[in-house]
Amino acid sequence: MYSQMEKTEGGDPKLQADMTDKERAFQDKIDRNIKIEPRDWMPDNYRATLIRQIGQHAHSEVVGQLPEGNWITRAPTLERKAILLAKVQDEAGHGLYLYAAAETLGVTRDQLTEDLLAGRMKYSSIFNYPTLNWADMGAVGWLVDGAAILNQVPLQRTSYGPYARAMVRICKEESFHARQGFHIMMKMAKGSDAQRKMAQDAVNRLWFPVLMMFGPSDKDSVHTAQSLAWRIKIDTNDQLRQKFVDQTVPQIEYLGLDLPDPGIKWNDETGQYDFSDPDWSEFFNVIKGNGPGNVDRMKARRAAWDDGAWVRDGLLAHARKKAAAKQLAAE
Amino acid sequence: MPEKAVNESDQQALFQFLLRLGDNTLVLGHRVSEWCGHAPVLEEDIALANTALDLIGQTQLWLGLAGEVEGKGRDADALAFLRDIWDFRNILMVELPNGDFGQTIMRQFLYDAWSSVMLGRLIKSGNPAIAEIAGKVSKEVAYHIERSADTVVGLGDGTEESHKRMQAALNYLYPYVGEMFLSDDTDAAMVSAGFAPDPASLRDEYDVLVAKVLADATLTLPDGSYTHKGGRTGAMHTEHLGHVLTSMQWLQRAYPGSQW
Ligand SMILES: [Fe+2]
Ligand SMILES: [Fe+2]
Repeated sequence: MYSQMEKTEGGDPKLQADMTDKERAFQDKIDRNIKIEPRDWMPDNYRATLIRQIGQHAHSEVVGQLPEGNWITRAPTLERKAILLAKVQDEAGHGLYLYAAAETLGVTRDQLTEDLLAGRMKYSSIFNYPTLNWADMGAVGWLVDGAAILNQVPLQRTSYGPYARAMVRICKEESFHARQGFHIMMKMAKGSDAQRKMAQDAVNRLWFPVLMMFGPSDKDSVHTAQSLAWRIKIDTNDQLRQKFVDQTVPQIEYLGLDLPDPGIKWNDETGQYDFSDPDWSEFFNVIKGNGPGNVDRMKARRAAWDDGAWVRDGLLAHARKKAAAKQLAAE
Repeated sequence: MPEKAVNESDQQALFQFLLRLGDNTLVLGHRVSEWCGHAPVLEEDIALANTALDLIGQTQLWLGLAGEVEGKGRDADALAFLRDIWDFRNILMVELPNGDFGQTIMRQFLYDAWSSVMLGRLIKSGNPAIAEIAGKVSKEVAYHIERSADTVVGLGDGTEESHKRMQAALNYLYPYVGEMFLSDDTDAAMVSAGFAPDPASLRDEYDVLVAKVLADATLTLPDGSYTHKGGRTGAMHTEHLGHVLTSMQWLQRAYPGSQW
């Protein structure tokens, strides 16, 4: 998902008998659905895993501004431009909530940003794909935000309090994102031949990258068990992916578009859709930095950070001057 | 015949006046939106997107009213996406490229200051539709000026580097400020109808506001009184506007008549 390659630190969950008293009390709280708060004791591995997961999620929101920002100046009507601006603004706000949640674990936003820019931290693979026609703005909202919602709704119940509460705020806004995306798709799919072509192109191009958002198949996922036990993961990758396909295929049909995967077939026995696996070698390549957009996305973020250094320094210097003057006046 | 002609020219003047307001917000909103995802700090990404969003919202109101006044069935979208350069009536300053963050925020401040003074008068416009829009958007603009002024002060009175950049931005932009206060026949018609103030009459209030903020920012107004003009009359835009319109209007031009 937005943090799709998180590895849980420290291997498989410990057995009750092997836990220290502190660990047992901690796990007991989680099992009784009591939230863990910043001042509570927590295992180092829990903290480290959460920092990575929330940090990756925050970075994804921030980098996620770029593929949609790519179309703001070209939006076809004033209303669409305003909606897209509002959405991208929301995503930046999500980044802010999540960095704040991560900071409660003892890291700073600047540290996390440096880690991202140095390639030590990741963001969701989906944002390394280009947005090439206007229907991509529909497909991103409908499919990408739609997939994110499936992951984030259960995370509202995650064990770490600040993360869960950030998710509650974020989820409120996400449904508007998905709705506006589907609305664009409806206009495009029911529009002119050229518009329908854009819509089909967007769905075909983004389908498998969106399926990859849920992360590798459960059989290849390391340490899912520990994350599930700690309730920082609620469903497995494959469960969420299946849920996404089951909810999305009827929507594609409703739009009157062709299915993007010939392997999609209703299976009477399982009561679910069968579908083809994404190309996992492509996925691992994108994660490694070899996706179509990795280099440009990071270049853009690094430029924003480097070119903006004088602004951050200037505002900080001014704030200090003001505080010093206030102090002087008080004396 | 004379009476109808007078009405027509009044209506034409009102249309032009509304285009000036709406094109300013449209083109500036476009420029500000170019920052999306590229700002120096996440809070600024949010603030700039918010400013752009407000400006596009104001555009919908001003150009929407312009279309009604014109009475030829053109709505705000038709005016935004289907006019060519010579019909645009924004001031030159808003179509200039963003430059660095300092230049963007200095331009925003110089524009917000004018906008807040102008809207203060338009709230009392004798034209109820104008007064209504001015009332609606003046809260947003009050917030914009507060924010852009604070940032100009913070960066002007920040580090040596930030001070230098803000002074350079001011020096570059100041020759474009005068255009906001030039008057012509369109303005005279608005004044005599009681719809809008003479732009020149806003200057004193504007200068006081700007001088106060620049003093706090430890910045100095550049010498020289030369004014670049030609945007709000449409006589001569910069080369930059064509590129703005090329991206803004592309979909509407390439796929005419589509529903989006
Ligand atoms: Fe988001
Ligand atoms: Fe979203």
